[in-house]
This record gives sequence, structure tokens and C-alpha cells, in this order.
Amino acid sequence: MSGAIRIDKDLVAASATPLVLGILAEEELHGYAILKRVAELSSGRMQWTDGMIYPLLHRLERNGLVSSSWGSSEAGRRRKHYAITAAGKEALAERHEQWSVVADALGQVWQAAQRPTGIARPAQGWA
Amino acid sequence: MELRAELEEQIEQWRGYVRRRQAISTADVDELEDHLREQISDLAATGLDDEEAFLVAIRRMGSLDAVSREFAHEHSDRLWKQLVVAPEMPADGTPSWRELAVVVALAVGAGAAVKTGYDLAGDEAAFLRNVSLLVFPFLAGYFAWKRRLTAPVVATLLVPFAVLAVVLNVYPFEPGGSTELLAALHAPVVLWLLAGVAYVGGAWRSDARRMDFVRFTGELAIYYTLLALGGGVLVGLTAGVLQIVDVDVEPVLESWIMPFAVPGALVVAAWLVEAKQNVVENIAPVLTRVFTPLTVIMLLTLLVVLVTAGGFATVDRELLILMDAVLVLVLALLLYSISARDSLAPPGFFDALQLILVGTALAVDAVMLAAMLTRIAEFGTSPNKIAALGLNLLLLVHLAWAAWLSAGFLRGRRTFVALERWQTRYLPVYGLWAAVVVIVFPPLFDWV
Repeated sequence: MSGAIRIDKDLVAASATPLVLGILAEEELHGYAILKRVAELSSGRMQWTDGMIYPLLHRLERNGLVSSSWGSSEAGRRRKHYAITAAGKEALAERHEQWSVVADALGQVWQAAQRPTGIARPAQGWA
Repeated sequence: MELRAELEEQIEQWRGYVRRRQAISTADVDELEDHLREQISDLAATGLDDEEAFLVAIRRMGSLDAVSREFAHEHSDRLWKQLVVAPEMPADGTPSWRELAVVVALAVGAGAAVKTGYDLAGDEAAFLRNVSLLVFPFLAGYFAWKRRLTAPVVATLLVPFAVLAVVLNVYPFEPGGSTELLAALHAPVVLWLLAGVAYVGGAWRSDARRMDFVRFTGELAIYYTLLALGGGVLVGLTAGVLQIVDVDVEPVLESWIMPFAVPGALVVAAWLVEAKQNVVENIAPVLTRVFTPLTVIMLLTLLVVLVTAGGFATVDRELLILMDAVLVLVLALLLYSISARDSLAPPGFFDALQLILVGTALAVDAVMLAAMLTRIAEFGTSPNKIAALGLNLLLLVHLAWAAWLSAGFLRGRRTFVALERWQTRYLPVYGLWAAVVVIVFPPLFDWV
């Protein structure tokens, strides 16, 4: 829990889908492993309420973006694994594009905010 | 290993709490438990003892209320009753006698309205035109009370209701004309969809709520049939006994029992569906599994007979009307089984069977359309024919696209949700068509 910062609920909601899809695009995982990966990727600064990932995964499954299968854990418990589908990959590519635009714009805003003089310089993204 | 045992017990207890949430299925609990155990063992590996690890893992899982709300949001089909019936009320909080009193009052009111209508209406046709208008306010009233409908929603219900009431009673129908009968037959369809708006508490744009209404309609049909059967047996036995002692119950039956029992049972059935959802939930999938193959056989038989009979022009009007009824029945079965299916389950044998059902229904529909067009070409148009033709075209579009989507689902190209959405989005079209038949047909065909 060290270093976790509170992230606005709407922001979590908006970023959860691309994050989960992106993580599943690397490999097939179960819910707990997905959350661990999220913590890893954000160096432990991003933490969701664990229980909430399952309704999200079920929604993605209902919409055909991921598929699931029951397997078993090392200890022999029933474990549900999720894998991304072709439609999921498409959706991920689409989200990627949207997020690049947002991130790019935000990046410029952060940069501008760091320069108190406020002199306008040509933005990097506008080559 | 005392600690281990204690931990197992705690997890078992937690499982029990989660199991009690209607929105979380057993498979989901397994999934959550696997998560919890993994979290605990990871935490234990960092040096926490079992007790601490359990507490931290539970806390990270999030409040059970919030999580179960999320599950409910995603899986509204699992607890559609709980969601709509008791808006944020404790499970045992509502005094059930109050609801019972409301239901009984509304049922008696519906009976009284029908009885008065029957006595006041000059002729049978006038009563037939108005009977659905007489029952509707009580059924819609129940939902309005139950869902605490807002004024705008009530207004959206009242305006079309008033329009229908005016049209059905002001139009100068020719006595015994077919536009009058058509209007009387189609008005209940419009009213039923309006009742649906009341049922979903005004959230008629939501696909999930529309599906709830489809489910409700199916369950209502089952409950109504059960009530009718039970009532029939009771009345029959009573009449039988009384006949032996030379008391004739027929007049009482005709003028009092039937006018009150038939509409009253509708309101009571609606209440039963609301209150006793879980009982039928287990019957619904069974029923659809029994009747889908049987209906396929029936349709194939009809298809063979219709095609080999040849000479479509000789197919008479009654047959066409009956066949329309058969197709509507098939559609109801399809809708009901879709609504009863778990949308996450992978395609299986039953889905293939359903596609066969839709395919045969399409074939029958095509044959019917051919027969109708031949009849129209030969004898010209009539209100009956155009109404039947319109319904057939609507069914054709509905079934054809459903077949396309379900074939896609079977081949893994589409999700079941796409198939579900098509059903719920298409439903209002039937209401619009029925409204056209009630409002536009009579003047169009000169009231005959």
C-alpha cells in the first residue's frame, strides 16, 4: 500500500478497460494476476478495489472483448482465466489511439504549466 | 496448525456472506475466493500472520455492498426482480400486507371496471373494443404504485391511453366491420407495451430493462395459465356439486365470477411474478427447452402440409390468421428463451436448435407471404389482408435478422448480446404497427 495515490473514480473507470485489455493482450491471466500486473506497471501507485475487477471482466466478456475459461491453480483450486479476443484487440487499438491523443494533449498542458512565463512555443507534436 | 483451521473457518464464513448476495453466482464466488486466497498467501509471504492477512485481503476486496452492487449492475438478469421490486429497501422491510391490500384492491377494481363496462356497453362489439382499456389502468396502476412513477412517466402513459380510448369510441365503425375487430385486437398490443413502460419504471430506453419486461411477460403467461387452471378446477367442482343438488350456477358464473376473475387474475398474476420470481426462474429454461424442439416439429409438419397442399389461392383466410398466430407464438417462444438464457454461456446444442426453429419459422413465413400475395393479387386488398401482410413482413424482418445474428453467434463471430439487443430494440416496432392498425386503418378503409 506504500506509495498508492488516490486516483479519481472516473479516471479509474476510464482507464481500467484499456489497461485490462492491454495486459491481457500480452498473456492470458486470471483476475488476481491482472491486478498484480496493474500494481507492477504503476510501481504500486495504482490500486483498485480488488472485487471491482470481476464485474469489469464479466462486462468485457459479455461484450465479446475477452473470453474466459476455467482452469485450476497450482493448489488445485478452480481458477478462471481471461484471454483477449480479436474484437478485444480491435477495441484496444481504438482506445490506444484515443488515449494517445489525450496523453499528447495533456503532455503539452503539463509542459506549459511548468513554464510560468507562459511564452508560447511550437508544440512538439505539431511537426 | 490451529491458525490454518481458523483461517479456513473465516474464509468459509466470508463465502457464506457473499453467497447470500443474489447478484453473485456460485461461479463468481469461486472466482472471488481464489482471489482472496491468493492475496492472503501473498500477504502471508511478506510476514503478516493469517489473521492480519485475511483482514487486509478482505479490505482490499472492497466493501461487499459496493462489489455486489457492481455485480448487480453487470448481471442484472440474475436479480432483475430484486432490482426493480424493492428499490433500496431492506429485504424484510416492506409490510407485505400493504402490498397485498393494494393488489387485491386493484384486482377487484379491474373486475368491477370490466363488469360495469359489460353492463353499460350497448353491444358486444363495444365491450370488446373497450375491455383492454378497462383493465389497463389497474395493471399500470400497480406498477405506478410499485415503481413510484414520476409525473412525466405517468403523463407518457396517459396520453396514448387517452388517444386510444377516444379513437376506439369515437370512430364511426361499421357494425360488424373488420376494421373494428382489427382495432379491438390490436389495442391490447399497444396497451401491453405501455404497461411495459410502467413496468420498467419509465426506463424504456434501457435494453436490459426491456429484456426484464420480456421475461416478465413470459412468466406472467405461465402464472396466468396456472391461475386459470386452478380456478377452472375449483369452479368446475363447485358447479358439479351444486348441479347435483339442483342449483344452477351458470348465471352467477357468467355475470359475476368470470367478469371479476378473468381481469382480476391478471393483476394477481402480475403481483405473483413480482413476488415469487425465483420459483419460476427455474422453470423457464426447462419450459423453453421442452417446447423449442416440439415447436420445430410442429412447424415442419405445417410447412410440409402447406407446400404439398399446393394452390395458395385456395388457402382460406382462417388458415392464414391461424398461421399468423402460430408465428407470433414462435416469436414469443424465441423471445422468452433468449430472455431466460445466460448471455455469457458459450454457444451450445440448444442454440443450434433455436436457429433451426427460427429457420423453419422463416420458411413458414415465406410460404405465408406467398399465399397472401397471391390472395391479394386475386381478390384485391382488404383491411384483414393488409393487417396480416404487415404483421408477416414485421415477423419476416425480425426472424431473418435474428437468424443471421444467431448463426453469427454459433460460429463465434458475434456475442449473444447482439442477438439480445436485436430483440429488445425491435419490440417497439410491433407497438407502432398495432397503433397504425388501430388509428389509421379504420379511416383508410372507410370504417368497414
